[in-house]
Amino acid sequence: MFMTWVFVILIAAALLWALSAYNKLISLKGQTLNAWKQIDVQLKRRHDLIPNLVEAVKGAMEFERDTLEAVIQARNQAVKIQADALPTGGVKALAGAEAALSSALSRLNVVVERYPDLKATKNVTQLQEELTTTENRVSFARQLYNDTATTYNIRQQQVPWNLVAGFAKAELVELWEITDDTEREVPKVDLSMKSK
Amino acid sequence: MQANLFEQQAANRKRTAVLVLVFLLFFAWVGFGGDLVLGLWTAESAGYRHAFPWFGIVTVSAAVGLTIYSWKRGAKEVLWSTGAWELIEPASENERMLVNVVEEMAIASGQRVPTIWIVPDPDPNAFATGTDPERAHVAVTEGLLALLPRNELQAVIAHEMAHVRNYDVKLMTLLAALAGVLALIADGTWRMIRYGRVRGSVGRGGAASRGGKKGAGPLIVILLIVWVVCVVLAPLVSRILAFAVSRKREFLADATAAQFTRDPMSLANALRRIEDAAEPTKAIKRGSAHLCIADPLGRRLNHRQGFVADLMASHPPMGVRVARLKAMAFKYEQTGVLADVD
Repeated sequence: MFMTWVFVILIAAALLWALSAYNKLISLKGQTLNAWKQIDVQLKRRHDLIPNLVEAVKGAMEFERDTLEAVIQARNQAVKIQADALPTGGVKALAGAEAALSSALSRLNVVVERYPDLKATKNVTQLQEELTTTENRVSFARQLYNDTATTYNIRQQQVPWNLVAGFAKAELVELWEITDDTEREVPKVDLSMKSK
Repeated sequence: MQANLFEQQAANRKRTAVLVLVFLLFFAWVGFGGDLVLGLWTAESAGYRHAFPWFGIVTVSAAVGLTIYSWKRGAKEVLWSTGAWELIEPASENERMLVNVVEEMAIASGQRVPTIWIVPDPDPNAFATGTDPERAHVAVTEGLLALLPRNELQAVIAHEMAHVRNYDVKLMTLLAALAGVLALIADGTWRMIRYGRVRGSVGRGGAASRGGKKGAGPLIVILLIVWVVCVVLAPLVSRILAFAVSRKREFLADATAAQFTRDPMSLANALRRIEDAAEPTKAIKRGSAHLCIADPLGRRLNHRQGFVADLMASHPPMGVRVARLKAMAFKYEQTGVLADVD
């Protein structure tokens, strides 16, 4: 009789644990997807901003067609890849495309620096602040996504959580890793023209 | 790192619960203790006997009601007292930048964008307030906006968002509300005792002391003394408590801010710059000092270490904060791991 009760209590405890573990995994999954959505929003913002930027500097930069062309190309490529990227697949490709866009943009910025008149335009100043904040937003969204995704990945593989992972339909998600070496070197773009 | 943050939130929730409990017990002691003293006092008297604990019930329910009210009003009250105005439509480049920076930090910390306020004061300072992360407010002074470059402004905002994220803002708002009610009660009781003594000596004369048994006399006196001392000292103790909580939270908020921006050095530089502009922030009153990034009262106490400073300063010494951040930055550069150093 005693043993039966012990058995029943043990089973009940195990069930309770499984329930809470299941819920925890579901909530982590939700957080990960949410963080991914945030990246999506910020990338879209970035992609929408670029045509404006190009439009604003085009007139004064007739001689730099190549640089502008490269930015537009990289942007279009990134938009195409973004359309079907998900945490469970395609993160790497998107990260690559965005890195390419980043380096094209930083080349453009180097060029813009050579045109003092252009830099003095109010419109361009505003766009540069826009660009800075957008770049920061992308990188912070990426940071949040990577942190959340890492927690999610570790948790669903740990014993005994992995027993519940199947029920919660938990899958490993890809991290947004920086593939490009130049990108790794310059993680911050500071274009604000405030004196330091 | 993420887990660490959640642990911090859990710890703060526990702290909040303990705090509420302690204050509740104290309110109960003030109320029911008064009943007890009065009950013992009148136990043998022929006239009025204090049997039903009216004081206790009235005090506790009034205290709880007032606390809830001032907790709900707290954030608005603080903002109102600084004369801050809400930034809705950014007009200048600096304001645009501030809105952008706050939104960036909301992303980095994974929270909702707080309401942004600007305090019309030339001294650089910033604070966060609100009852919970969903309804948080971040306020910066005009001086801060003018002084700091973008990355340092970002670090300061990250520090404030860290307070929101770690539930510090909630804890501090509650603490302020409780301390306020406590001061009110202490003040009220003090007046009542003085008023009562005058009335008592004129009216009833020595009736009460004649009524009491000989054995109960000293007990009542001791109880009364303990009770009065408690009531009188409570506001001071609650202030010391608020400062102690606040100082602990500053270090943590610095570390969390560095985790949001991955750039401890900018916060260290920003703190230095704020420190160098040594003018006290006039717009921010004593009551909300513990909410700010740097002590707005410009007290020398915050620069020292030692017993009195440990007890009464609302912020840890700036030098220690900067040193810790620099150590973090150094370690981050060397190992790529962002960890708080002790």
